[in-house]
Amino acid sequence: MSYDNELYQQVILDHNRKPRNFHEMENSTSSCHGINPLCGDDITIYLKLDEAERVIQDISFTGSGCAISKASTSLMTQYLKGKKIDESRLIFDEFHKMVLGDFDPEKEEHHLGKLTLFMGIREYPSRTKCASLAWHTMVGALDKKSEGVSTE
Amino acid sequence: MSDTNTISIDNPILDVDKIRSDFPLLSKEIGGKPLIYLDNGATTHKPKQVIERVRKFDSDEYGTVRRGSYRLCEHSTQLYEEARQKVADFLGAPTRQEIVFTSGTTQSINLVAHSFGRKFVNSGDEVIISNIEHHANTVPWQVLCDEKGATLKVIPVADNGELVMEEYDKLLTNKTRIVAVNHVSNALGTINPVNEITRKAHAVGAKVLIDGAQSTPHMKVDVQGINCDFYTFSGHKMYAPSGIGGMFGKMEVMETMSPYVTGGDMIMQVTLEKTTYAKPPARFEAGTPPISQVIGLGAAIDYLNAIGMDKIFEYEKSLLDYGTRLLNDIDGLRIIGNAKEKAAILSIYLEAAHPHDIITMLDQDGIALRGGHHCAQPTMIRFGVPATARASMAFYNKFSEIDALADSLRKIIKFFS
Repeated sequence: MSYDNELYQQVILDHNRKPRNFHEMENSTSSCHGINPLCGDDITIYLKLDEAERVIQDISFTGSGCAISKASTSLMTQYLKGKKIDESRLIFDEFHKMVLGDFDPEKEEHHLGKLTLFMGIREYPSRTKCASLAWHTMVGALDKKSEGVSTE
Repeated sequence: MSDTNTISIDNPILDVDKIRSDFPLLSKEIGGKPLIYLDNGATTHKPKQVIERVRKFDSDEYGTVRRGSYRLCEHSTQLYEEARQKVADFLGAPTRQEIVFTSGTTQSINLVAHSFGRKFVNSGDEVIISNIEHHANTVPWQVLCDEKGATLKVIPVADNGELVMEEYDKLLTNKTRIVAVNHVSNALGTINPVNEITRKAHAVGAKVLIDGAQSTPHMKVDVQGINCDFYTFSGHKMYAPSGIGGMFGKMEVMETMSPYVTGGDMIMQVTLEKTTYAKPPARFEAGTPPISQVIGLGAAIDYLNAIGMDKIFEYEKSLLDYGTRLLNDIDGLRIIGNAKEKAAILSIYLEAAHPHDIITMLDQDGIALRGGHHCAQPTMIRFGVPATARASMAFYNKFSEIDALADSLRKIIKFFS
C-alpha cells in the first residue's frame, strides 16, 4: 500500500472516520460559519466561553469537508477545550504559520502539542487551507464575527 | 452503457501513440511517474504544431494588426483574419464577420449579457438558464437580472443529468428575452438538445446563447444548424494558447448591440463630441488583441481538422463507454450524470473519500484530475454532493490511462475505509 506519506497519517485517518466533538451545541455563547470557496469545505464552530475566566469551556463543530479539514477541526476541538482564550489565539498563530512553512516547531519553542502532525501539509500548498479553515473559523467565533469567515 | 460499442483497445479509431508524440507535455513525468492527464475540461495541452506556429510567428512575422500600412502589419492582419475565417468554418458560421475574438467564454458571455442584455432586458422581463451551468453562464445573468429587475428562471435537471424539457416548455413566456445554456455540461458531461432549446426560444421571440466551452474541443459544431444567436468558446480548452477565445454572433443581432469595452479600433469616427462605432466584429474588439494567440488558435483548428472532429468524438465516446463500464464495477463509487447523450466526462463520487483527498492521492500516482465543484455549485447542490472528482478525457488519452485511474481509485477506497 502506497500513500504512506506525511500527509495522511493514521491519526488523521482516524479523526476523519470518527470526528470528535462533532455536533451542534445548544447553549453555545458564540458560533461562526467558515467556508473555503475554492473547494466548498463548509464548517460551523460552536464555542461556550467563560468570559470571566477567559477560558474556552466547550467547543464543537458541524459541517462537511475533506479528510484534512475534518481531522484538523476534530483535533483542534480536542486540543482547545479548556484552554485560555489568549493561549488559543497564540496556538492559532503558530499553527497557521506552521502549515504555511513559516514556523518550524522542530526548531522553535511551540505550544502545538500533537498538532505538529499537520506539519507535512506545508509540502502541499494547495491543501494548507484545508487544515487552517477550522482555525480561522474558531478565531471568527472568538471575535463573534456574525458574517462568517472565508479562506479567500 | 453502450452495447453497440465495437471499438476495441487493439483497434482504435485514432493512432493515439502518434497523436501523443505531438504533445511534448504528455511525455513528462510527475514525481517520477508518467503523467496521466485527465483534466481536459479545465484546460488542454498544446501540440507542437501550435507551439511551433506561435514561436515562428513571434520570431519571424510578428506585427500589430489593423493599424498600419507597412508590410509586417499587413501580413499580421492577413494571418489574423485568416484565423477568424478558420473559426467561422470550424463553427459553421456563414461569414467570418460574425466571429468576435475575446479572451474566452467568460468574456464572451459577459459581452452578450452587457451589450445585448443591458439594452434589451428590462424590468419584468425573464432570462432562462439551466441548473447545470458553469458559473460563467450563471453569474452574468444573475447580475443583469438584479440590475434590471428581471427574473432569472432555471431549467431543472433530472437525476440522470438531462434537462427536464417539459419544464423548459413551461418556463418560456412572451417575456423571455434570452435563453443561455451550455452545449455540454462541464460538471456532468450532458450534451444538451440545443437545437430544440433554440427553436422553442425563438418561437416566443427570445434570443439564444449557447456556451460551447466544452463542446467545441470534442464534437462537430454547426451554429447554423442550431440556429442560435450566440455561440461562445475558449481556445485553451481546444489545444490553443490561453487568453484567446471568442464567439459567433448573428450579424443582424450584433448590429443592434452597443459596445462592451470601448477604446481604439472599435470606432468608425471619434471627435471630442461624439463617437460612432465600427461594425461587428470590430465593434467588440477594442484595443490590440492577443495576436500571437489568435494565430495559435488558427493552428489548433488546423490540427483538429486534420484529425477530424467526427473521429475525435467517436474515439472519445469509446473512452467514455470504457471508463463508465470500468468505474461502475467499483463498489462505493458513484458516477454523477448518466445522460444518454454525453461527452467524455466522468464526475466521480466516492462514499469513502472526499474529492480533495482523492485528487491529492491520484496526484501521487501521476494522475491529474480536477476535484471540487467545477465552478458549478448549483449543480453540486442539486445532486446533493459537496464536490466531485472529474475525469475529463481528450483524444490523446489512452484506454490504459483509464485502467490506471480505476486501479488508483480502488486503492484510495481501501485506504480510507
